[in-house]
Amino acid sequence: MSDRERKRSGGHADGGSRPRGDRLVIETRGLTKRYGAQLAVDDVDLHVAEGARYGFLGPNGSGKTTMVRMLLGLVYATRGEISVLGRPVPSRVAEVLPEIGAMVEGPAAYPHLSGRANLALLDASGPRRGREGRRRDRVEDVLARVGLGAVDRRPVRTYSLGMRQRLGLAGALLDRPRLLVLDEPTNGLDPHGIREVRDLLIELNATGTTVFLSSHLLAEVEALCTDVGVVDRGRLVLEDALDAVRGPTGRLVVRTPDPDAAARLLGRAVAERHGETLVVDAAPGGPPALARHLVEHGVPLEGLAEQRRSLEDVVVAMTGPGSDTARTSSGGRR
Amino acid sequence: MIGVELVKLARRPRTWATIGLLCLLPTVVAVFLATTRISPPPGQGAAFLSAVLQSGSLYPAAALALVLPIFLPVAVAVVAGDAVAGESSQGTLRYLLVRPVRRTALLVAKLVAIVVFVVGAVLAVAGTSYVVGVSLFGAGDPVAVVRALPEVTGDDGGVAGTAPAGGQQSASGPSGEQVGGSDASSSGGVQQPGADTGDTTAVDPEAARERAESSVSSLSGEALSPADLAARLLGAMGYIVVSMLGVAAIALFLSTVTASSLGATLGALAALITSQVLVSLDAAASVTPYLPTRYWLAWIDFFRDPIFLRDITAGLWLQAGYVVVLMLAAWANFTTKDVTS
Repeated sequence: MSDRERKRSGGHADGGSRPRGDRLVIETRGLTKRYGAQLAVDDVDLHVAEGARYGFLGPNGSGKTTMVRMLLGLVYATRGEISVLGRPVPSRVAEVLPEIGAMVEGPAAYPHLSGRANLALLDASGPRRGREGRRRDRVEDVLARVGLGAVDRRPVRTYSLGMRQRLGLAGALLDRPRLLVLDEPTNGLDPHGIREVRDLLIELNATGTTVFLSSHLLAEVEALCTDVGVVDRGRLVLEDALDAVRGPTGRLVVRTPDPDAAARLLGRAVAERHGETLVVDAAPGGPPALARHLVEHGVPLEGLAEQRRSLEDVVVAMTGPGSDTARTSSGGRR
Repeated sequence: MIGVELVKLARRPRTWATIGLLCLLPTVVAVFLATTRISPPPGQGAAFLSAVLQSGSLYPAAALALVLPIFLPVAVAVVAGDAVAGESSQGTLRYLLVRPVRRTALLVAKLVAIVVFVVGAVLAVAGTSYVVGVSLFGAGDPVAVVRALPEVTGDDGGVAGTAPAGGQQSASGPSGEQVGGSDASSSGGVQQPGADTGDTTAVDPEAARERAESSVSSLSGEALSPADLAARLLGAMGYIVVSMLGVAAIALFLSTVTASSLGATLGALAALITSQVLVSLDAAASVTPYLPTRYWLAWIDFFRDPIFLRDITAGLWLQAGYVVVLMLAAWANFTTKDVTS
């Protein structure tokens, strides 16, 4: 199966039926970036709907960061078109950037200045200059939002990675953006911090901010996102709503204290067997019919559910190992 | 954006450490001179240094001559080389650009901040050395420096021999000769280190005082009023600032090329050292007029009477050329470059 066929079969990336009918805040067509002989991003058609929480998943080195940089006008595409918030990028990127909050490849700050001073400088660099008092308010507001409200005058040099991450997020929130583009935003955060950031993003999303988040952490995307795009070696191999991705597999999971009896009864319909759990091809009538069938033949039933794909199964099936495993391409390809 | 860059410059400890070091060198030299009262023989050491014992108000000029060959260009190359590459390696460049700050505006703001730094550094050196000079050597004392200064050749104002000698400024000698040879054909121009120089080292302050009654005198021997001296000093400071802009432009251009501030700084210094070597190389005479350090010492011409403008003008044009060409190159490179750091 070629990459392109896989992409077609994996979802409706080319079919055009989006989970939300809204307009797109990010759209790319045939986006390609070549560094010398290496294709970092290869013919990517990305669609991020307004109001979505979009998870951009892929192994390390698969081109996620290059994609994010191209969306923000930091890196220029070799080929293809980008439209962000309805305007072409990079030609009119300066018009859209004020409405975007971004975090690219980890936070960065002037190490000898405090977090507040860094945010004030960042605020002053932006196109909208307010009076000193208002700037202070804006800075305090975003610091409080990311949980750094009580931070003192220590220089950023002394911050932990988690604090730097929060500071970077605060910088991204400065202008109350319509679109948040976040590259690995929970790097370096403890579980508590990860949950706080997730709650913050969901809250912002509820008030209308579209969130585009790149990550290699499946669990993070699964817990937060409504849509998912999976990239592998620079190619977008899947783009769909998360619910559709995790859709039913057409099989049922049967849990019973007497798996032997159940297996005898169901015969060739049993696809897999793990201890007391059987995975069974669905028969006409669905779960109720199967339950009745089993009970009528005296097989005790502990549980019966539709089998759903996990995001991990889907992603692992669609992608190769990350480029940080130095295997040959034939051996590494699954 | 310019304001933001100036705030960044001002809040950076390195800025003040650099300026402090620049001011420290002339202070140390002044303390040694004042405690030993041994002045370097005229024509050796930095320009004006042999004269400051007689007049502390000349010490700013001597201090600038001390920092000009190495300290000041190194400081400028460090600040300018770090300008873009530092932000890039620190990661803050990408956050500035997505604010958004337009790349052209950022480059212009960086250049302005560097110019402000150079002006500040030169003012600080001149200011502290004036205070140090006057307090250690006395200012009000009307002193004749005409014979204590490096010898002056001919009244055509040829630079020959007036430029400070000594290893650190080896470039000046040959360049002086070149000027002397091409221009001052009547006088034969060059140094006459004979008896004349010999007895100036032993110049008797009393005798010197008799020679010029009322004030400091210029290199060409005319007396200078304090106001005139101040004006000439300001002119020289302005010229030194402009001289540093070529260095700044080289370092800033390299700073857009590499993500390593150290690389950009060292690259700019390598360019300067190459220039210094070639300026002193007769075989390279065909390129000499275009080398960035060629006219660095022309600021001394502000202390001639009348002020000798030919080299000053040439130096200003040369630096302007370097700034324009390199800033265009920096702009072309920076605005089309992928920011991957």
